This record gives sequence, C-alpha cells and structure tokens, in this order.
Amino acid sequence: MAAYTFNINDEKQQVEVTEGTSLLWVLREHLGLTGTKYGCGIAQCGACTIHVDDRPMRACTLTVDGLTENQKITTIEGLSEAGDHPVQKAWIEAQAPQCGYCQSGQIMQAVALLNENPEPSRKDIQSYMNGNLCRCGTYLRIVEAIQLASKNRLAKK
Amino acid sequence: MNPSTRSASRRQFLKTSSGMALFVGVSGLLPIALSCADRKKIGEQLSKQPLTAWVQLSEDGQLTIYNPAAEMGQGSMTSLPVIFAEEMDADWSMVQVIFSPQESDIYGSEGWGASRKVMLSAGSRVTTGYYSLMRKAGAQARHIILHSAAKLWKVPIGELTTKIGKVVHPEQGLSASYGEIVPFLEVPEILPDFNEKGLKDPADFRLIGKSVARTEIPEKVNGSAQFAIDIRLPNMVYAVLERGAIHGARPALKNKASILAMDGVLKILPMDHAIGIVATTLERALEVKKRLEIDWEHGQTGGFNSKDVFAVYEKHAEKKTKGKVLTEIGNVKKAFRSAAKTYRADFKNDYVYHAQMEPLNAVVQVATDRQSAEVWVGSQQGFDEKLGVPKVLGIPPEAVKINLQYLGGGFGRRSMTDFVTECALLAQEIPGRPVKLLWTREDDLTYGAFRPQTLQRLSASTDAKGNITGLSHSIIGDGGNLVASGIKNNYYDIPNQYAEWKEVSHGIRLKHWRSVGHAPNKYAIECLLDGIALDQGIDPLALRRTLMRNAPRALATLEKAAIMSKWNGPAVEGRAKGLAFLERSGTLSTAVCEISVNRETGKIKVHHFWNALDAGVIVQPDNVRAQMEGGILMGMSSVLKERITIAEGQVQQSNFHDYPLLRMEDIPESIETEMIPSTEHPQGVGESGTPLVACAIANAFLRLTGKALRHLPFTPDRVLEVLNSADREKKYASISHSN
Repeated sequence: MAAYTFNINDEKQQVEVTEGTSLLWVLREHLGLTGTKYGCGIAQCGACTIHVDDRPMRACTLTVDGLTENQKITTIEGLSEAGDHPVQKAWIEAQAPQCGYCQSGQIMQAVALLNENPEPSRKDIQSYMNGNLCRCGTYLRIVEAIQLASKNRLAKK
Repeated sequence: MNPSTRSASRRQFLKTSSGMALFVGVSGLLPIALSCADRKKIGEQLSKQPLTAWVQLSEDGQLTIYNPAAEMGQGSMTSLPVIFAEEMDADWSMVQVIFSPQESDIYGSEGWGASRKVMLSAGSRVTTGYYSLMRKAGAQARHIILHSAAKLWKVPIGELTTKIGKVVHPEQGLSASYGEIVPFLEVPEILPDFNEKGLKDPADFRLIGKSVARTEIPEKVNGSAQFAIDIRLPNMVYAVLERGAIHGARPALKNKASILAMDGVLKILPMDHAIGIVATTLERALEVKKRLEIDWEHGQTGGFNSKDVFAVYEKHAEKKTKGKVLTEIGNVKKAFRSAAKTYRADFKNDYVYHAQMEPLNAVVQVATDRQSAEVWVGSQQGFDEKLGVPKVLGIPPEAVKINLQYLGGGFGRRSMTDFVTECALLAQEIPGRPVKLLWTREDDLTYGAFRPQTLQRLSASTDAKGNITGLSHSIIGDGGNLVASGIKNNYYDIPNQYAEWKEVSHGIRLKHWRSVGHAPNKYAIECLLDGIALDQGIDPLALRRTLMRNAPRALATLEKAAIMSKWNGPAVEGRAKGLAFLERSGTLSTAVCEISVNRETGKIKVHHFWNALDAGVIVQPDNVRAQMEGGILMGMSSVLKERITIAEGQVQQSNFHDYPLLRMEDIPESIETEMIPSTEHPQGVGESGTPLVACAIANAFLRLTGKALRHLPFTPDRVLEVLNSADREKKYASISHSN
C-alpha cells in the first residue's frame, strides 16, 4: 500500500491503495466518483474516459503510479457545477442517451473534441468518437448533440 | 406541527369487505404493502385498488409516480408515468418518477401466462402490458381528487372537472391545485372501475403522443444516474468469481491456503461452477482472481466446436424425421406436389453475445442473523420471485428487499438472475456486510448466454403465375423458444405453411437476445422471398404487395417505406436498396436500407435506413424513433461484425478487441422512422429495428451483386467469399422444377 495525492476536479484527493491500482478503481470505489464507468478494462470501449490536463484518457489503463498531483484530472462530475456544460445541454436537447452507461465517457470525449476543434465535420466527429462504444446505438444522436453544441457555442460568440 | 403528527391525525382509513385498510396520509396515497405482513391480502386488495400503489401527492403539488418496469434505455421511466399522468390530468412539470417497490403482487402485470402477476421488462412488453392499467390507475387517482374536492366544497362531483393539475368548479369559479386538495384527500367507498368509456378521448391527449423529454436523461449526462455497479455502502466488500473456460466445469482449488493468506482476502467460496473470492477492495479481489490455481473437471460443453457443427445440422436437415411442429397451415406437401416451381435455401447464423455496456454485477447484504437480505441490482426482473434470492438463501420472499437500479443495458441478458444469486451466496458467507459482485468484461463475455446458432432450411413452392403457394421452414439447433420466435408469417397470404424445430443440444448457455429468434428467422424468410422475386423477375416490393393483400396495416407500412426510400427512384451508382417486413411484439414494420460494397475488402457500407411502422398508439414518438435508431444500429453491429465461436467447448473471444461492436465510423448517414397514426392498443417497439437489418442488408446485397449472403454475420471475409463465388443467386435459388 502507498499514499497517493491527486488533483481531481480541482480538489486535492488522497488515497491509500496498492501500487499499480487502476485510476478507474480509485475514482469509482475509493473516491465515489462513479460517473466514470467500467466497460472493458483494456481501453477498447471508452466508458471510463476522463480528462488528464484537458486531454481525453481512459482511466482503466492509467495506474496510480503513472500520475502526479500536478496533473489536472477531470471527471464527468467536474465538468460543470449543475450538469449544464454546453455539451451536456446539447446532449439533453438531442435526447441522446438510452441506457446511459457509456454517456459520461462519450461526453468527456466530445468535450475534448470541441476544445480541439470547435467546428468538427461529421467525419471529424466519427473519427474522434470512434473509440467510444455505445451498445444501445445512440451514435446518430451523439453526432447530433455534438453538432448542436458546436452550433450553440458559435452562436454565442 | 411536525410532519409525523400531521400525517397521523389526517390519516384516513378505507374499510373494505375483507377488513383490510388502506390509508391515505398527508403525503398522499401511500403504498402500505411493505408494512403489512399478509402479502396475499394486500395483493388481493391492491388488485382492486391499484391506484393507491402508483402515486404520491404532496401538498406542494409534487407528484411522485411509481414506475414498475426496469429502465434500460427503453424509456419506461417516462412512458408509463406519461400514461398515468395523462389520465390523472396531472401537471407534468410537477411529476417526478421513481422505481416502484419490487413487489410483483402489487406492481406486476398479468398476461405473462403465469399463475400470478409478474414484474418483467422483456419482449418489448412494458408499454403494451401496462397501458390499460396505468390509464385506469391515473383515472382513479383523478377520481379521488374530484371526490375529495366535492366533499370539501360540498358540491356534486358531477359539477367538477380538472384542468392540468387543478380541480375546478366552473360555475362557482372554484379552483384548487391537486396539492391543495391533499389535506382533504378521501378515498371513496367504491372506486369506479374505469372502462374505455370513462377514460380520456385520445383526441384530447396532451402528453401521450407528444414530445415529452425523458425524465432520467439529465442524470445520465451529469454522471449521477445510479447503476448497481455504482453502489457504495458502508463496510462494503468486493467479490469476483473465477468460472471455468468450459461452461459448467467444476473447480477444485489447489492453492487455497496461500490465497487465504493473502492480505485483504476475506473469504473463498467454492461453488459448483466457480471459485468465489471476497476481498476488502475490488483491486485486491481482481488480483486474487488471477492467482487462483484451479483444476477444472469436465464441463457440459467439452469437445464442442461451433464451426464444425453446421455439418451435423445439415445431416439433421436431410433426415426425414419430423421436428417439433411450430406452425402448420394448410398442406405444404400438397402445395409442393402441385407446384410449378420450388425453391430451397439454407441460412446460417453464429452465436452472438449481448455485450451490454455495464458488465453484470450486483450488491447483496445478508442480515447478520441471515434471516433477511437486501439487494441492489440492475435487472429486467423476471419470473423468479425476488430474482431467486429467497430461494438460494432459504428465506421467505418478504424477507428480501430488491432495490432496482438503472440498467446499463439489458437486451435479454439481465432477465437471467445468475449474477444475482451468485452474489447472494457470497453475501451469505459474510452476513452483515454488503458484498459487491463484479463480473469483469471477460467474465461477462466468456460466461455469456448467447443467441443460439442455427441452420435454417427453407423451401417454397409457386404456381404457374408465380404466386407463392407453400412455405416450409425447418430450424436446426438448440434453444426451443429462443429459435422459434418469428417463425410465423401471419401477414403474408401464403396458404400452406409449415415450420418445425429439430433440436440438437450442445449445453451452451443460451438466452433471449434482443428480438430473440426474429433476427435469424426473419432474415431467412425475407431473403427467400427476394430470391424468389429475383428468379421470377418480380420487384420485391410488388411481391410483398401481393402477399399482403389481406393485411392492410402491414401493407400501409410497406407503402410508406417505399415512399420514404424512393424505392422506385433512380439508384445511386454502386448502391442498391433492400427491403424487409416483419412483425415483432405486435408492431408491424417495413424497412428499406441502401448499401454499397467494397469489392476489394468485402466491407458492406450501409448508407441509409428508412422504416415505417405501425405500433398502435404511440406513447412517445421521439422515443420510438430512438428505439428504432438503436435497434437498427445494434442490428447492424450483430449483422456485420459479431460472432462468438466455440472451440473444444471454450468461447474463443474475450473482450471488445476480439468481439468487435459497431463503432461510430460505420454508422449510416441517416435512419428515418415514420409511424402510421393509429388508435389501436400500443405495441412493443424496442425489438422491431434489430431483426429488420439482416434481411434488408442481404436483400440489398442480392440486388446489388446478384449474390446471396447466407451466413450471419456478413463479415468482410464471408462477403468476399460470396462475391468471388461463381454461382449467381438465379442458379441456386430455384433448385428444382417439378411438373
């Protein structure tokens, strides 16, 4: 066991876990940030997508030893105060989720996409979101939600 | 005044003939089921007064409606409460929805063919099963409000009406919100048993059939929606199981002592099919799982090879012995004897896996005296009372409380209870502490329960004019009802039909998979039709028009889909359209898809999907669209990519790297859905999209290439093989000519 300190959602978090523990279990089982989901454990499904220094990463394949407290970790819980991030609002507008299980990861990936590319083409969206699986088949509405978020953001400017 | 005394002082009792009492408290109409020991009596009572179990109303006007169904993305958390609120004339903005208690005597639906009511979210039957009940319960709730206001204002009830969450007396200008009536609520001696006449005219619906946002979506976009896997409880411990690579194999643990000596290991539980480990943390449990040294004693599937078994199936197909007859209309043999032409084709499908995104899991806490238990689970519910937990723990059903959570996908897998009873057995070993059991993705896949593999041999006869006179359908494989659904062709005028199932059992774990037998069976039937159409030089649309001459509702979906897809319009270069019709869960649907094929790689690209459906009254149109989109995408995933293979009894895939699902790069440009307006009872939609896909794609492929795809899934390797084969469909669709 070892003590680790992380900066998660702008808060300092300390945990004591075995070396090599996956960040996903730390978030979910030790810190109660259960919005980040376990889907495959091998970075194939994207359900555990979080941001590390604003870049999308799969928490399941990050270990506690590979992160420092200087890195900024953001989970779905830290994306907005009241679930009202523009991407979240677009998600509601498009009525995108079905079972909802993969949606935190989808949203985190989409936020990263729009940060990098505020006006993605449909093809850009398909390519950037390709690592995030949805078994319910909400892909078309995810595309719609991302396009809405992009449009809404531009309209505000 | 504190709430509890207010509640007590205003509590009112309704005497009934059986001497039971229901109470109406200050916080509304409460279900008292859990506080009464005699469940039989409550069940009897509440079947007469179901309203009391469905809603709570508070003085501030907040309305809590119970949803008796599982929410797995199909929208029950909105659709059922919408139906209730519609008849109650409630203000939807004041409604919140929670899961009902999992008490099937009270919240179950009749009509599952069981001797008692059953809570089960499967077969696309939630809306159709609860529609009348929710309407009646909503109307009764409204009646209680009216009755109470009439007493309060001392006016005849007939002079009152309601208007979106308010009860009004138009002549005297009296008006009160439902919340304001709460302190005066009084249940009448006799509640009217509302029949269709006493219910709202569908023309006046302002919630049903309108665009109502799904209630649970906000929590699904902010990460707070709670799935069973998210449960965290004080003192909780973690469990995993190591199951055999061969289903049913019995374990013998070789290194028990060294495992028990490991830090954080609390318990080892040898089970018939697995070694269970309970540890203080999840990461520890998973680490221990890897270190188990187990000898496995033969399993039920040892030696089975899924690829080779089709040869066995073919031998069964050749045999003259009859299988279990699934349907028989007219005389198929006679039709074939007098046929101008006969056709025969075989279709195959491999095993597929549910792949719901939330791996199976459950949390169970057994009380320290082992006499009661509490369960947190995402389940499609089912026939086993309290998910089988009372039985495995040897305690009465009323000692078990099920806390239903959102399901991270169901698709049929979560109507099994294996993962729940496993967890209960583990929790029994550590009474007093909640135990969270997690199936890893690898566990979930390799110990899956699959849609069965089958061979289907179809033959058809036509008369001199090309009319289809007979259809014979033989299914060879394992699975009983799982392979039989979708065998009937009630909407096609084919005078002589015969279908049978020839059982070949392999011991592979099988389960309902979204749309069950419909996907493989309709694929075979619809493709045979297009093969006949091609051979006879008939347009597939025209062929179905003839077949549907006596089925106007089915025909309407066909005509609609033809218009939507511009069926008769010019084809885009390198693309072709394919057609499919089917009935699933009472819903009639026709789909057209447009595809192209990369002849170098064998990859099929789906460009568009159009579908028209008749599902009776549409409760939530946007959700129907969502279900069709999702069902079609899941269908595309299974049809183009998914295949479980079994070698020497062992599942060959383990996770999404070798069991690929459809990803965003492969989605079509559009999926368009139109609903035929109807006042008929609502039917199930959740499984309508999925089975349309194989038929529509294969039929488009036939029109594009002249070649037939006869083995699901249509992976690039198989497509290339078909493209490179010499036979054109024309040659082998009509295999014999008689007369």
